[in-house]
Amino acid sequence: MHNLTLTQISQGLAAGDFTSVEITQHFLDRINKFDKEDGGINSFITVTDELALRDAKAADERRAAGNATAWTGVPFAHKDIFCTDGTLTTCGSKMLGNFIPPYDATVVDNFKKQGAVCLGKTNMDEFAMGSSNETSYFGGVKNPWDKDRIPGGSSGGSAAAVAARLVPAATATDTGGSIRQPAAMCGLTGLKPTYGRCSRFGMIAFASSLDQAGPMTRNAEDAAMMLNVMSSFDEKDSTSIDQEVPDYTATLNDDIKGKVIGLPKEYFPENLDPEMAATVRTAISEFEKMGCTIKEISLPNTHLSIPAYYVVAPAECSANLSRMDGVRFGYRCEDPSDLMDLYCRSRGEGFGQEVKRRVMIGTYALSTGFYDAYYLKAQKIRRLIKDDFMAAFKDVDFIMGPTAPTPAFKVGEKTDDPVAMYLEDAFTIATNLAGLPGMSIPAGKVNNLPVGLQIIGNYWQESGMLNIAHQFQQVTDHHQQAPQGIK
Amino acid sequence: MALDREDVKNIALLARLELSDTEIGQYQTDLSSILELVEQMNAVNTDDVQPMAHPTDAVQRLRADVVTETNQREKYMACAPAQENGLFLVPKVID
Repeated sequence: MHNLTLTQISQGLAAGDFTSVEITQHFLDRINKFDKEDGGINSFITVTDELALRDAKAADERRAAGNATAWTGVPFAHKDIFCTDGTLTTCGSKMLGNFIPPYDATVVDNFKKQGAVCLGKTNMDEFAMGSSNETSYFGGVKNPWDKDRIPGGSSGGSAAAVAARLVPAATATDTGGSIRQPAAMCGLTGLKPTYGRCSRFGMIAFASSLDQAGPMTRNAEDAAMMLNVMSSFDEKDSTSIDQEVPDYTATLNDDIKGKVIGLPKEYFPENLDPEMAATVRTAISEFEKMGCTIKEISLPNTHLSIPAYYVVAPAECSANLSRMDGVRFGYRCEDPSDLMDLYCRSRGEGFGQEVKRRVMIGTYALSTGFYDAYYLKAQKIRRLIKDDFMAAFKDVDFIMGPTAPTPAFKVGEKTDDPVAMYLEDAFTIATNLAGLPGMSIPAGKVNNLPVGLQIIGNYWQESGMLNIAHQFQQVTDHHQQAPQGIK
Repeated sequence: MALDREDVKNIALLARLELSDTEIGQYQTDLSSILELVEQMNAVNTDDVQPMAHPTDAVQRLRADVVTETNQREKYMACAPAQENGLFLVPKVID
């Protein structure tokens, strides 16, 4: 039953092949068996068994009453960055280790309205800051393809849970690659939509001008089903864009013949592992077979994306995380001597190393006299990066390349060198800076580990990206492969 | 740009973060290498470039100035680490 895709589960529920209670129990049993035991994957921070079974029962009743939608009774999980009314929401941090939100994120509410069944909250890098899931206060997550390796991050829990068939799909968020990079490393399909597509209300903010929610699934068809419910215009998010939400599942089978695909030379640098380059190029040749045209292009300012990102993201995070002060919610230190001591020790003890590192970089970049040299300069670089993409999209429909420079690396391999870890996101960050949609789909394997093909589209072209990804998945089987021992 | 220990202490104070002596040394190295990475931006002349405020040039939406939220003070106060009579408790600020 766990090998069914999200779409197949939706169809199975509609056909009466099984009930929501049955499938929910099946996945809960798998979580108990594979996630929490010693040596388990640790992809969940919180499992909401009782709530899930109650919601599943309600979904079955709703179906019996004839009011079911495609999502009614379908199990899934939320990344622990989305506020869930009455359910612990930690964002992977000790700081929020006791935080029970008094409200739902809009994305959470969207799923609730459909009668979907949330099984729990998935593990993540602390406040979504990391590319390996190793910064979580609740421990690292194992990659189901090789338990000595990281699953990618920051949505590593969502990716590992879906890859291990503990849930058919999960929500995720992407600030610099946090959906696409773990999707690539766990052999999944992940999509970061256009900035403003999914509401950020109740999604704990890391870098507000870059953060965007999106789906983590096994294939493009499931991602379309997820995006249908995750997307919405929201009055409560001032950066939400009032743009019609199409039915993303309706255009999956459109003809892709004649589409032009651009390959930026900067995404295939000389120092890219030859096997990685070859695997991604082989995947891209499938599109040629389907009648697409391939074109070499250039995005000349790509090398500036990481430097600009490590100003913008830390600056915005230092502002966003200033609300964690030990006064109104979250962690508070023991016996503070005065107010300053309360602030400094609550934050010093409540935040992990990577979060403190970024808060300090951001504080420095925004401090008096440095704003122009850092934040303003970075915002100008963002314009250059966006202009590169806009020039490219005059000639091409989609841009493709590797999602990440390497497959999943070993646990601990890059923890001592923050800059080496930051370079993991070399190919994914530019789309966040430009606010463009980006996607990763399984492209094959390097050293027996899954790697991703990244698809970048123009603004609001999610339908086209899902269409072209789905067509690729009709002629390849990379997305159908499961980690050993998972069957 | 290389930071010294005093710089790191000053940044930590601005950020309201208490750091141990070991942490100060570690962050001195880490932050300096991150700033070195960031300063690659300086290789490009951006004098005539407009900073990007929003990817799709959206502007701030306005709404009517009316009350939309219901009062849920008790529910929100329940998240506080220390509270009394609907007020947040902190160490004494004024003598």
